[in-house]
Amino acid sequence: MTPKTSLLEPDARTRRRNAAERRFRAYGLAAIIVSVLALFVLLASILANGTGAFRQTFLHLPVTLDAAVLDKAGNRNPDEMKKVTTVGYAKLINKALVAALAEKGIATDGLTDKQLAGLISQEAPATLRDQVLADPAMLDQTLTVDLLANGRVDGYFKGRVTLESAALDSNTSPEQLQLADKMRAAGLLSVDFNPGFLTRPDASDLRPEAAGLGVAILGSAYMMIIVLLLALPIGVGASVYLEEFAPKNRLTDLIEVNISNLAAVPSIVYGILGLAIFINAFGLTQSAPIVGGLVLTLMTLPRIIIPARAALKSVPPSIRDAALGVGASKMQSIFHHVLPLAAPGILTGAIIGLAQALGETAPLLLIGMVAFVKDYPSAPPEGFFDAASALPVQVYNFTTRGDPAFVERASGAIIVLLVFLIVMNAIAIFLRSRFERRW
Amino acid sequence: MTPGYTLLAVLGRSALGFVLGRQRALSVAGGDARRLHSLPVYYGSSVLLFTAIPALILLAAIAFLHPWLGAAATGPVPAVLVLLAALVGLAIATLRITRDQRARNIVEQAVKALLIGCSLIAVLTTVGIVASLLFESIHFFRLYPASEFFLSLTWNPQFRGGSELGIWPLLWGTLYVSVVALVVAVPVGLMAAVYLSEYASRRTRAFAKPAIEMLAGIPTIVYGLFALITVGPLLRDYVAQPLGLGTSSSSVMTAGLVMGVMLIPFVSSLSDDIMNAVPQAMRDGSFGLGATPSETVRQVVLPAALPGIVGAILLAASRAIGETMIVVMGAGAAARLNLNPFEAMTTITVKIVSQLTGDTEFASPETLVAFALGLTLFCFTLVLNVVALIIVRKYREQYE
Repeated sequence: MTPKTSLLEPDARTRRRNAAERRFRAYGLAAIIVSVLALFVLLASILANGTGAFRQTFLHLPVTLDAAVLDKAGNRNPDEMKKVTTVGYAKLINKALVAALAEKGIATDGLTDKQLAGLISQEAPATLRDQVLADPAMLDQTLTVDLLANGRVDGYFKGRVTLESAALDSNTSPEQLQLADKMRAAGLLSVDFNPGFLTRPDASDLRPEAAGLGVAILGSAYMMIIVLLLALPIGVGASVYLEEFAPKNRLTDLIEVNISNLAAVPSIVYGILGLAIFINAFGLTQSAPIVGGLVLTLMTLPRIIIPARAALKSVPPSIRDAALGVGASKMQSIFHHVLPLAAPGILTGAIIGLAQALGETAPLLLIGMVAFVKDYPSAPPEGFFDAASALPVQVYNFTTRGDPAFVERASGAIIVLLVFLIVMNAIAIFLRSRFERRW
Repeated sequence: MTPGYTLLAVLGRSALGFVLGRQRALSVAGGDARRLHSLPVYYGSSVLLFTAIPALILLAAIAFLHPWLGAAATGPVPAVLVLLAALVGLAIATLRITRDQRARNIVEQAVKALLIGCSLIAVLTTVGIVASLLFESIHFFRLYPASEFFLSLTWNPQFRGGSELGIWPLLWGTLYVSVVALVVAVPVGLMAAVYLSEYASRRTRAFAKPAIEMLAGIPTIVYGLFALITVGPLLRDYVAQPLGLGTSSSSVMTAGLVMGVMLIPFVSSLSDDIMNAVPQAMRDGSFGLGATPSETVRQVVLPAALPGIVGAILLAASRAIGETMIVVMGAGAAARLNLNPFEAMTTITVKIVSQLTGDTEFASPETLVAFALGLTLFCFTLVLNVVALIIVRKYREQYE
């Protein structure tokens, strides 16, 4: 009897099974590729949109700071000089622009003075005024000042505004943009690194070029300080109790169920809690970092407790037994021996929890952090009660504005946020690989 | 004296108490710490506790009762009372020190009480959440009939009154977006987990696993911006408009797709854990019978891991329902009951944000409805989480 099949030649059924195997494997690979690709596209899109925010168009004009206009009393007293509003500075700047154009021999093609002034940001006079008030010695000198260009001019050099779109735009005109081109060729205007994006406060709808993240970064930093000061000790205390002391009873079960549920409660619910309790019941001010910090603390607690308990659990019982054996009390064995050994794991979990808190947006929207804040909060601890913004909320805030220039700002703010997150996670990974012990 | 300075003064006296207590213990023992029951540090700490705790409780009580005390609270009287309490505590505790006093036990009891207090904050948070949601929701249902809220099919808030606040359009939007997200996340996440745990070489694993986990670490605002400026316009220009399905860049599809990407690492890491818990012996048995790896996964590993995977999917669903920023920026604000996934729809979380931000009067049903929505959301996610946790826990026990 001859065999119907050969070992050397797979039959139809084996071929089918092998094909199915290859297909299944390909699906798996496809899933991996899709996920990695999604990550790549996400980051690439943010980077492509956001890098522009770190560069900004500046005009470089020799401005004569006429003391007769800016300091009428003539005694260089900043308090008296404050009487001159930004309008006075704007006139000086406009005069300087006209003079600089004439000196370089650039024809203005019949543009009115008002249209010429439209090249400069409305924020520029205020910036100059602040500089002069801070340093009255600048008066009566002719200094080359870097002034922010108008958002449309900036957009033109970044490719966001074209001559065609400018023709339809009431805020700018093709002639103004062509003049800007000539000024760039003459060295009166250039696109440079923009440190103001990191330090300036937010700016109004009409001045996207002046909008920065200063207040938001400060607000986020304040909230992170509050979260660290509250959530880390409370979280460690709770995990030490639950892991080392808690008897098995109803209360302990209740606490455990609570913690695992709190970790999964949607973040927006914490915002409602903050609004109802911290603002309406306790009467804390809206958009203050203290409220945001408290809300984020409550949200971060379970995310610190869970890894902290795992870290405590991973310390072998022999350590505790040895400490008890030489006469330490239970409390001493834990605080002198177990906790230091678990510290790297606890800190790693805490930093990751903190990073999550830094990127959290939804609860902060409800407690009023979305409000427009132009003043820097003062130094802590009073600053904790001043109005401030937060980095992720500032991103959201930028996206609700009409001017497309704010999209660039939003993506730029995301880049800043991601840099902070990467640094925090890198510290966590470093701690884990350097100090964590495997028993 | 402001409360801040009073607090500082109390802390200063506590530090003084520590030093005094330690000195006193040593002098009682004649300078030889071995003759004491506890280390000198514990005597100092116990005095510190007796100085600080009564004074701080008094200070907190005054701060809490501030509105009712009126003028009396602002004068010098409260500060003097608090500092007096601190001094009395200090004196009593210092005088009580003897050689046989169990100072360490006192301090350890206090530390333990503090630790219990820390753990109770979790319970207090839950109580706070439930209380704030319930009270304001009851307030809302006094102003607006509950039957309308749960049964009406229109959502049309009018700040002049006469609003229709039916939850169904919002619930529909929420579920629609979540379903789209899960349709993306579950197959991709599951297959990624299968590939990583059963097929991938070490090098692929070392690269792909952190990359997928990185997706989980990205804040949701980043996904929201991605939906708003990239995915939304792309879907509108290349899918919705050519097919004649809509002209809006914010849509159920936009939010759902982006949220699906966000949930991939969530599904994959949970199901990876669960599949790793399936005993190797079951795989080996299947291979021994001649099954291919894919047959083993499909017919042995996945069925064995099924309950756990269902739990993981439920957890992912609860995430999707409670997600806020992606839908705020990607799904739109129009409340409608519609089947077209390329239309803008809205969700419960979007409306909570829009009803509670901006200048709103806190007593109107249009604002208070946010609390009723929050309560609904909380209940939904709570049920999903509890069921999922029970399933996952049961499943883990099965193989341990």
